[in-house]
Amino acid sequence: MDKMPAWADAVLVPLISILLAAILSALVILAIGENPVEAFNLMVEGALMRSAGWGYTLYYTTNFIFTGLCAAVAFHAKMFNIGGEGQAMIGGLGVALVCLFIPFPHWTVALLVAIVAAGAFGALWALIPAYLQAKRGSHIVITTIMFNFIASAVLNYVLVNLLRPQGAMDPATARFPEATQLPTFQDMFATADNPLFRGSPANVTFFLAVLACVAFWFLMWRTRLGYEIRAFGHSESAVKYAGISPVRITIVAMLISGGLAGMMALNTTMGEAERLVMNATEGAGFIGIAVALMGRSHPVGIFLAALLFGFLYQGGAELALWTNIPRELITVIQALVILFTGALDNMVRMPLERLFVALGRKDA
Amino acid sequence: MDFMTLLQVLDSTVRLATPLLLACLAGLFSERSGVVDIGLEGKMLAAAFASAAIAAVSGSVWLGLLAGIVSASLMSALHGLASITFRGNQLISGVAINFLASGLTVLIAQSWFGQGGRTPSLMGGGRFESITLPFANALRDVPVLGPIYAELISGHSILVYVAFLMVPLSWWVLFRTRFGLRLRAVGESPEAVDTAGISVVGLRFAAIGICGLLCGLAGAYLATGLQAGFVREMTAGRGYIALAALIFAKWRPVYALWACLLFGLLQAVALRYQNIDLGGITIPVQVMDALPYILTVIILAGFVGKAIPPRASGEPYVKER
Repeated sequence: MDKMPAWADAVLVPLISILLAAILSALVILAIGENPVEAFNLMVEGALMRSAGWGYTLYYTTNFIFTGLCAAVAFHAKMFNIGGEGQAMIGGLGVALVCLFIPFPHWTVALLVAIVAAGAFGALWALIPAYLQAKRGSHIVITTIMFNFIASAVLNYVLVNLLRPQGAMDPATARFPEATQLPTFQDMFATADNPLFRGSPANVTFFLAVLACVAFWFLMWRTRLGYEIRAFGHSESAVKYAGISPVRITIVAMLISGGLAGMMALNTTMGEAERLVMNATEGAGFIGIAVALMGRSHPVGIFLAALLFGFLYQGGAELALWTNIPRELITVIQALVILFTGALDNMVRMPLERLFVALGRKDA
Repeated sequence: MDFMTLLQVLDSTVRLATPLLLACLAGLFSERSGVVDIGLEGKMLAAAFASAAIAAVSGSVWLGLLAGIVSASLMSALHGLASITFRGNQLISGVAINFLASGLTVLIAQSWFGQGGRTPSLMGGGRFESITLPFANALRDVPVLGPIYAELISGHSILVYVAFLMVPLSWWVLFRTRFGLRLRAVGESPEAVDTAGISVVGLRFAAIGICGLLCGLAGAYLATGLQAGFVREMTAGRGYIALAALIFAKWRPVYALWACLLFGLLQAVALRYQNIDLGGITIPVQVMDALPYILTVIILAGFVGKAIPPRASGEPYVKER
């Protein structure tokens, strides 16, 4: 077989892509007259050397795990869900509605109900594009982009006209009741003489995200549905021949995808802001694309990629605080990661394949 | 609503439709050649920044325009490298370009001008002045037609007229020249073009080049015509509205004009009136904001006509061996 070994495909190609993205990012930092080594040290210092830094890093990681899994489910079914952002916005609406209007006795109950609400609202927002793709052949990429904008308009309307408390100026809901506020890492791990994670937003939803990774693995590689989704991604005609309905797979995959994006809102609304604000998603829906590409749509890869982006996000915030490098540096890095691990994949892969073929011949 | 108000709304429709139209035609050339381009937004943004920055530094709007075209073309070249040369996923490449432009513009603007990611306001020669067409003032007093000529048709910057002239020009290039025939063929059936001994890669790069040029014009108009200077994310989703208009127009230049004017009108109305009161029913401004996208989804769903993209769009061409 003139192919690379599996380990090279799974590990080496992404690593080289990330290395290329990192080198280019360093050049960008140099070009705007800053020192990339100092910048990196500052990012590590701010994101990883203090427990509060970790608290922020893991908070962002939680978001990116959910949106990464969201993009990955769609990738497995050979669809490109750019709508994670909109689905997360609408998911947030679901969380806000249950938190504001149901009097919960305890946060555990609130969390369980909110998980269902967030997932259902996110899935519902993915349902229409999924139906249109499956039944009417409208391209899911375009419809999900359009639904992002529609979601933003819907959320804007609901926040400004319906859920905004009387007299408040900013488009946001009232504060959620005390009983629905999730315990943060500070509540869970800090003791009187060891104040860990002080003031940082990481909360119990992080563990939910890790659970979601495990569930994702189980679904994709240990259930019939996961097999059907992956088979559909490989060959639609084969799936049809095997008697699996492409319409059902398209819709179910997108529902799962949208539900995962919606659950991201648990972290940002119940976990952090404790109310629903207009820009709760902060572009995390799009970062999920980078995370899924980098993690090769595998839960372990997604977890690591989400951790990396969490680090970048928190580190980037530190940079913006202490240096003249604006936060947009992270957007550039994100773009480079998407470019190299996604679009320019062949640029890295083709020379590597040739190299392995050449090495293989020598051995034989 | 009196006649003058109507004219003012239509006048701002023309202004707001111009960047949409240029970007839409840019996408038209690209997608007709089989290269899907969701990076219109990013290219426009890069061009807007480059044109505003160079115009601010040099004081010449023409140098700014040139810089805008160059930067959008560079983004196009990147898209071509990823999606034509290395046969990568065109959608992912487009997404990457959008983020690249969104990040780099603010990063460079902050580094050059230190004004929080914006360029200094453009003055005098740094902007495209509005052009008063001949006899506009003399004919102003002619009833009905006079104000229409003086307010609506006259008094735009040169790029507006360029954009509207691009519509017949694009139609002529695409449907009346050999190059246009080949370009459309490569989007429908690249293997046939290849069999005829014409370079698929060459044609697609040519199409992407035109796309870069037009996006450059669109971005430059945003920063130096419509507004005076660059601010972060100033394209504000126009690239996606242009994409929507392209689908709405079913990948045809003249339809693109109407689609862009319609979406421009929606923007103009949303800009002028916050909430529209239609005798008891109030239409909130958010509905106007979302309407282009909703209309596009309805068109895509095939309930009103059917939008069929060029057959080979989105697929990299692999020569058979």
